[in-house]
Amino acid sequence: MSIPDDYSISRRGLLAGGAVSAAAATVAANPEAEVAPAKPVRRPPTARVSFEVNGTAHQLELDTRTTLLDALREHLRLTGTKKGCDHGQCGACTVIVDGRRINSCLSLAVQHDGDRITTIEGLGLPGKLHPMQEAFVTHDGYQCGYCTPGQICSAVAVLDEINAGIPSHVTANLTDAPKVTTRELRERMSGNICRCGAYSNIIDAITDVAGVKA
Amino acid sequence: MKSFTYERVDTPAAATAAFARNAGARFIAGGTNLLDLMKLEIETPAHLIDVSRLGFDRIEATGDGGLRIGAMVRNTDLASDARVRRDYGLLSRALVAGASGQLRNKATTAGNLLQRTRCPYFYDTNQPCNKRKAGSGCAAIGGFSRLHAVVGASEACIATHPSDMAVAMQALDAAVETVDAAGKTRSIALADFYRAPGTTPHLETTLAPGELITAVTLPKPVGGIHIYHKVRDRASYAFALISVGAVVQPDGSGRVALGGVGYKPWRVKAADAELPRGAKAATAALLAGAKTSHENAYKLPLVERTLAGVLMQAKG
Repeated sequence: MSIPDDYSISRRGLLAGGAVSAAAATVAANPEAEVAPAKPVRRPPTARVSFEVNGTAHQLELDTRTTLLDALREHLRLTGTKKGCDHGQCGACTVIVDGRRINSCLSLAVQHDGDRITTIEGLGLPGKLHPMQEAFVTHDGYQCGYCTPGQICSAVAVLDEINAGIPSHVTANLTDAPKVTTRELRERMSGNICRCGAYSNIIDAITDVAGVKA
Repeated sequence: MKSFTYERVDTPAAATAAFARNAGARFIAGGTNLLDLMKLEIETPAHLIDVSRLGFDRIEATGDGGLRIGAMVRNTDLASDARVRRDYGLLSRALVAGASGQLRNKATTAGNLLQRTRCPYFYDTNQPCNKRKAGSGCAAIGGFSRLHAVVGASEACIATHPSDMAVAMQALDAAVETVDAAGKTRSIALADFYRAPGTTPHLETTLAPGELITAVTLPKPVGGIHIYHKVRDRASYAFALISVGAVVQPDGSGRVALGGVGYKPWRVKAADAELPRGAKAATAALLAGAKTSHENAYKLPLVERTLAGVLMQAKG
């Protein structure tokens, strides 16, 4: 897929463009590049994958190493999903695949053929926010905002998981339906780290959406 | 990450055949551990065989009243299954004590069993590690060993197995069903599934190369009170320092397995027999011959006290 060029100039676009020109300058300035015999370039293996992101079908030919996270950010330019640790420890990359939240950094894009993926952009956009996005704003559920897309995707899925009766570590009785309580939410959100420490406001936002008193 | 070729297969026969055809092949299902290790180049497969869509995603009743859990059943689905919650509560409890909601949604039953140790020296490629590179040495012995094994370890490796799920399965007498390239199936008792480190800690299971896990079976329910108590540095989303999984019957008899103490979930027949006599007697049997460093010696009293708490909780 070619990189879309119809973006208006943004801070991110300027930075990305700057990085490319810097790389080009380095190559041109390297005298060996001109005299060295042309080595055959071994291209890394690629594979085709088709999936749906936020209701739009995509077909990509990707280096097999591409994670779902990098496919979303670098190939589809859906930069709402964030790369934090890239090892499944922080939850910043959380997206919803076929109704379940996963760490998109610990999943190969080519494994998602035929899947339906929802990112933060698919939940809601400025002017038409998802209730969970609205609640994070109302309750000040963030400071720097970097973990927020992952927190929100996770929070939306957590309420679905409780509704579906999926037990957690703090569910008192395994055979009872779990309830939306602060204790349950804190346990279920433990895979999303917020280094600013907005946790209490995040729990307020989720309980607000769930329609219960924390 | 090293580059690799990728294929998705539809049948177990295609999976094992692809393994035989490709040098350096690995199966991938959830991939939550394998991909993590590939990013660090601790795992460097040349070819990945995606086995996540083989249809092993069901939990079925067996003829003898037990359950057959498909190898690709996700951890969340296994923990949530109504039969597991009712009859094998220990398994459900152990699963939800592990990892995060996101990881449990992706990680599979077979992958959970096959996950590698979280020994920090295994992860640090600047350090010697006999498990990562056979014969290179062990930086954990004499190093920071607070998290390491106290039983079953060797001069070559003191790593622990990180799974919570496997501890419950060990207490419940689970067996691992497999198929090989010749189409031959077998069932391996979980007790015989993990290899002691000895001088070859890089060989972790009794699976042959290319042998594919198809299911885990549980015998019929044993009743009793099911308790999984995990002790860790954080209240959630952390590996166990130690864990105790127990099934306790009204007469005080039962079974117990430990996590975080050895290269496999630790269960000792003699300890089960000692359970009615209390935590001290059972722990003495469980941890007989334990070898500790000054950093992990705390695990011995911690096991005894945690087990005492579990037995008290079982009495109600």
